[in-house]
Amino acid sequence: MRRHRRISFGRILLGLVAGLVFAFLMLPLLVVFPISLSSASYLQFPPPGLSWQWYLRYLDDPSWIEATLRSVKVAALCTVLAMGLGVPLAFFLVRSRLPGIRLLDRLTAAPIIVPTIVLSIALYGVFARLQLIGEWYGIAVAHSVLALPFVVILVGAGLRTFDEAQEQAAAGLGARWPAILWRVTLPQLRPSLVSAAFLAFISSFDELVIAMFLSGAEMTLPKKMFDNIMMEIDPTIAAVSVLQILLVGLCLGLASLFGRGVLTTTMTR
Amino acid sequence: MSSPGASRRLAGRRRELALLAFATPALLLLGVVFAWPVLRLLSLSVEGGSLEHFEKAALDGLYVSVLGDSLKIAAAVTAICLVLAYPVAFWLSRAGRIGAALGLFALLLPFWTSVLVRTYAWLVLLGRNGVVNRALRDWGLIEAPLPLLHNMAGVLIGMVQVLLPYMVLPIYAALLRVDPDLSRAAEGLGAPPWRAFLRVTFPLSLTGVSAGCALVFVLSLGFFITPALLGGGRVVMISMLIEQQVREFLDWPFAAALSAVLLLVTLAIYGLIGRITRGGRLEAA
Repeated sequence: MRRHRRISFGRILLGLVAGLVFAFLMLPLLVVFPISLSSASYLQFPPPGLSWQWYLRYLDDPSWIEATLRSVKVAALCTVLAMGLGVPLAFFLVRSRLPGIRLLDRLTAAPIIVPTIVLSIALYGVFARLQLIGEWYGIAVAHSVLALPFVVILVGAGLRTFDEAQEQAAAGLGARWPAILWRVTLPQLRPSLVSAAFLAFISSFDELVIAMFLSGAEMTLPKKMFDNIMMEIDPTIAAVSVLQILLVGLCLGLASLFGRGVLTTTMTR
Repeated sequence: MSSPGASRRLAGRRRELALLAFATPALLLLGVVFAWPVLRLLSLSVEGGSLEHFEKAALDGLYVSVLGDSLKIAAAVTAICLVLAYPVAFWLSRAGRIGAALGLFALLLPFWTSVLVRTYAWLVLLGRNGVVNRALRDWGLIEAPLPLLHNMAGVLIGMVQVLLPYMVLPIYAALLRVDPDLSRAAEGLGAPPWRAFLRVTFPLSLTGVSAGCALVFVLSLGFFITPALLGGGRVVMISMLIEQQVREFLDWPFAAALSAVLLLVTLAIYGLIGRITRGGRLEAA
């Protein structure tokens, strides 16, 4: 009896600590909601009243909208590149028996380990020579290098649980390779593919450090937000932040409904 | 007529070639937009075959102390993350379906929310008249506002919040792999729960702990946005010096030398912790 009570006491304590840490994690996300709806003309908490003015200001300002559209374009191209190149790379890394495969595996994960500031100025030097600074597709290409490891890890994990005997059976029945991939393998990988695409999109949409160096005057949304925070903290940023949080929540929700393995993006392999 | 063995070898080789052809565009991308630019940058640091830029970095007290500060901050962030993450990961691994789903959502939503958004929120929360100080004063816990922003405390709070999921998730994954019957067996043999945890569950989760520590340490060492915004210029990390060298002084060779130092330290620490992890894995197997 006594022992039972001690276990439950430990459990309560554990739950309490976990709850506090979750609250700490969510706190910055929650605080921007009331600020974004503030009726005050400057940053004030708690807000004296409610209004949509900061959302309207965001929507009415062409420079915010331009930055948003640019970020969407960059993230879309980044997703296409990271998926188009990363999915075949995942097949290669999982299935090839070449001796150097471990090394290539490391190279693929390296963009996560190499500090982003180092990669940023390295790319800045090269892109400046090629006069690619300020070109949105240049940022997308750079972002795809960062998204590639996510795609390879997620799709690779899906591939490892896929039974290759199904492909052999299809081949035995006379199907050709492109048809086998398209009709047998990829449909079963769909959950991993969906998650990978969403995460590639978000990782680019949120990225600041590379965009800071490569975007020049043609700002992406995070760069515009950064400049705005440095100049003046007005609640427009809170409105933009809320929209971003909702977008991420939507992507996460969709990815967990239709996708799989969002967890494995933690680079624990 | 070739033997079946020979034709299978041939098919195997064709398969390898097809796979390699598949991967070539991605490998080209990694080569051209990642490996080559980084190596090119590093080569700038030893331009003309002299080590003068490294000498400058080593002899000027400023750079040595910033590197030391960066290492200290990274170590502190890692330690705080570990202390906070372990109970969360443990709770998650023992939670029911709904609890685990809610917990993971509360973990992954901040994880995927822009670092910039979260850093901005901390600016609002931690200021002199920020939400935290206001709340503490209203509850009568403090008289004067605590200095939480534009100093080390702010940087640590912001960085821990950003990097915590990187610690929780590997530990959680490791704990999920530990068979709960093992600690039940230990308790059945008379061990109190805390001892069953310390002697059975905890050692088996160490692979996750070291993976999380490696990741958090390495990521915080090269951190840029959060210390730049929350440190208010009073907390300087090496990434900020690198940015300054490129942006303000256009001193590429020196920025390259600092980058080389940062990269070397990062890889050394990652390799070191990775080695410990692999050792742990062998033991666990």
